[in-house]
Amino acid sequence: MIKNFFKTFLLWELLLGLKLTGRHLFSRKITLQYPEESTPKSVRFRGLHALRRYPNGEERCIACKLCEAVCPALAITIESEPRADGTRRTTKYEIDLFKCIYCGFCEESCPVDSIVETGISDFHFEKRGEQIIGKQQLLAIGDKYEAEIAKARIEDAKFR
Amino acid sequence: MEYAFFLIFAAVALIAAAMVILSRNPVRAVLFLILCFFATAATWLMLNAEFLAITLVLVYVGAVMVLFLFVVMMLDIDFAILRAKLTRWSPIGLALAIAVFALIAEIIEKDQIAFGQHGDELSKIAETGNAAKLGEIVFTNYLLQFELAGILLLVAIIAAIVLIYRGPRSRKLQSIPKQIAADPKTRVHLVSGD
Amino acid sequence: MTQVLIYLIAIVATTISLIITVILYTYAERKIIGFMQDRIGPNRVGPIGILQPVADVVKLLLKEVIRPSASNIYLFIIAPVLALAPALAAWAVIPINNGWVLADINVGLLYVLAMTSLGVYGIVIAGWASNSKYALLGAIRSSAQIISYEIPMAFAVLGVLMAAQSMNLTTIVEKQHGGILHWYWLPLLPLLVVYWVSAVAETNRLPFDVAEGESEIVAGFHVEYSGIPFALFFLAEYINMILVCFIAVLLFAGGWLSPFEGIPVLNKVFSWVPNVVWMFAKVAFFMLSFLWFRATFPRYRYDQLMRLGWKIFIPLTLLWIVVEAILIQLQLPPWFSI
Repeated sequence: MIKNFFKTFLLWELLLGLKLTGRHLFSRKITLQYPEESTPKSVRFRGLHALRRYPNGEERCIACKLCEAVCPALAITIESEPRADGTRRTTKYEIDLFKCIYCGFCEESCPVDSIVETGISDFHFEKRGEQIIGKQQLLAIGDKYEAEIAKARIEDAKFR
Repeated sequence: MEYAFFLIFAAVALIAAAMVILSRNPVRAVLFLILCFFATAATWLMLNAEFLAITLVLVYVGAVMVLFLFVVMMLDIDFAILRAKLTRWSPIGLALAIAVFALIAEIIEKDQIAFGQHGDELSKIAETGNAAKLGEIVFTNYLLQFELAGILLLVAIIAAIVLIYRGPRSRKLQSIPKQIAADPKTRVHLVSGD
Repeated sequence: MTQVLIYLIAIVATTISLIITVILYTYAERKIIGFMQDRIGPNRVGPIGILQPVADVVKLLLKEVIRPSASNIYLFIIAPVLALAPALAAWAVIPINNGWVLADINVGLLYVLAMTSLGVYGIVIAGWASNSKYALLGAIRSSAQIISYEIPMAFAVLGVLMAAQSMNLTTIVEKQHGGILHWYWLPLLPLLVVYWVSAVAETNRLPFDVAEGESEIVAGFHVEYSGIPFALFFLAEYINMILVCFIAVLLFAGGWLSPFEGIPVLNKVFSWVPNVVWMFAKVAFFMLSFLWFRATFPRYRYDQLMRLGWKIFIPLTLLWIVVEAILIQLQLPPWFSI
C-alpha cells in the first residue's frame, strides 16, 4: 500500500514509459523506403491481371467464360465468336479493376492458364473509364511480363 | 510624450467601458471589458505602479475574464427582455453612477491624489520595487483589513459552494485511486488447463 | 532615438530567431518522435529531410484562407493574432545571459505569467467565432484547462519567488550561483514537476491536448482555420513551448550558469564554454522532454485532467510552499542561506 503510494507520487510508471521510448530512440529503424526498397513478394501475389499466350504466339483463352461465371465481383465481361479458322475466341474481354477484389478465382478457374494475376502491385489510372482494361491491354501485359509470370507459376507448382 | 500616451490609454479605457454597456453581443461586451482593463493597466504602468498593473492583467484579464467569457459563450441571452429591464432600471443605475463618481471626485479632492504632486514619492517607490513596498504596507499598517478581506472572500467561496450544492447524489464516478492501485497480479488469473 | 532603434532591431532579431527556432523545432519533433516509434521521420525534402519544414511553411502560406460563412469575421480574423501576440510579448523579459534582456523589469516573473495566461483568449475567441461545434468544444475545454493549471503553475513559481526573494529573472538566476546542486531544482523538486506538467498543460501539448484532441473533436479550436491564420496558431503554440522551456531553465536549472561551478577540475575543463551555450543546452533538454512526452504518453481524459490539476497539484504545491517556508526560516544552506 505504502509502496504503491510512493510509486504513484514518484511517477514511477511514467518514468518506465519514458525509458521505453528513450530506448527506442536509438534502436534500429524498421522503415522501408518504399519505391527504392520493398518487402519480399510471394509468388502467389495477386496483382494486376494479364492474359497469357502459348509459346507459339497463339492466345490461350478459349472463351469458356468460367472466369466470368466465378467472378464474385462481376468484374469480368466476355463476348465470344468463332474465329475464321473455326476456333472459339473472345471478341471482348474486359476487367473492371475497380470492381475487382483481387481474389484470384479467375486464375483458379481458368482451364488453360490464360487469365493470371501478376505480381504488379502498383498501377494507376488518370481518367475515368481507364480502369476497365480490355483484351489488347491484358494481352500486352501478358507479353511484357511473360518471363516473370511463367517463373512464378513454376515456383508455385509444387505447392498446388 | 507621457501625457499623450496617458490621453490615448484613458480614451481607450473610456470608449471600451462605454462599449461594454452599448454593444449588442455579450461576447463582444466581455472583450471590450478586457480592453478596458488593458488600458487601465497601461495607465497604472505610467504611474510606476507596475506590480498593480501586471496583477490586474494577470488576475482580471488572465483568469476572471476567461471565466466570464466562458460563461457568456454558453449563455443564450434574449436582448428584448434585457432592453426592457434597462429602461426600467436606468434611473437607479444613473443615480448610482453619479454617486460613485462624486465619491471618487471627493476623495481625489481631499487626499490630493494627483499626477504631479506625488511624483517624487512614486519614483522613490519604483526604485525599490513597489511589490516590496506594497507588501510592507499591507502586512503592517493594514494587516487587519487585509485579513478581513481574505475572510470575506472565504465566506463568499463557501456561500457559492453552499448555493450550488443540492445534496448528495449517487453518481457513476470511477474511483481513480482504485484504478491507479490496480495490479496485474491480482487481476489476471491463469486457469490451469489439463 | 538611437536607443529606440537598438530596441527595434533587438525585437526584430528576437522574433526572427524565434520563428527559425520554431521551424527547426517542428523538424526535430517529427524526426525524434519518428525515431522513438522506430520510424525515420521526414527524409524526402532535402538531405535527411532538413527542408521539410520549409516546404510546410510554403504550403501554409500559399493555401487559401477559408472563412466560414456563419462566423464572426472580425473575431475570426483577430483570434490568431491574439494567440500569437502575448506569446511574443512575453519574450521581452526573458534573459538569455547576464544582462542580455530587452526589459530588465522588477516584476518580470509576474509579467511572464500574465502574458502566458493571455494566450487563452486567442483560443477561446477562435473557438467561439468559428461558429462550429467542435471549435466551441475545444475552446471551452481549453479555457477550463488553462484556468485550472494556471493556479498550480503560479504556486510553483511562487515557491521560486520565495527562495530567490525577487521577481526579477536575472536576480533569480544569480541567486542560484555555485554549481548544479545549488540550483533550485533540488530543494523545489516537487514544484519543478508541478511546474513542468502544468506548463505542458498550459501549452496544450500532449498528453494534455484535450483542446485539440483530433480523435475526439477533430482539431478543436482551429478546426475552421487554414493557411496563414492556422500557421499563426501553430507558431503561437510552439513559441509558447519554447517560452516555458526558458522559464523552467531560468527558475529551476540555474539559467546560464555552468553546472560545474565549484567543482575544481571540471570547472577548469569547461571554463571555455560561454554561458549562453549552457543556457541553450538546458533549454534544449526541456524542449526534448516535450517531444519525449508526446511520443510516450496517451492523452489524459478530461475529468482526469481536472482531477490532477485541482485535487493533486494545488494541495501538493501548497504543502511544499509550507515546507519551503520552514526551510527558509531555518536558513538551510546552500539554497536558503542569505
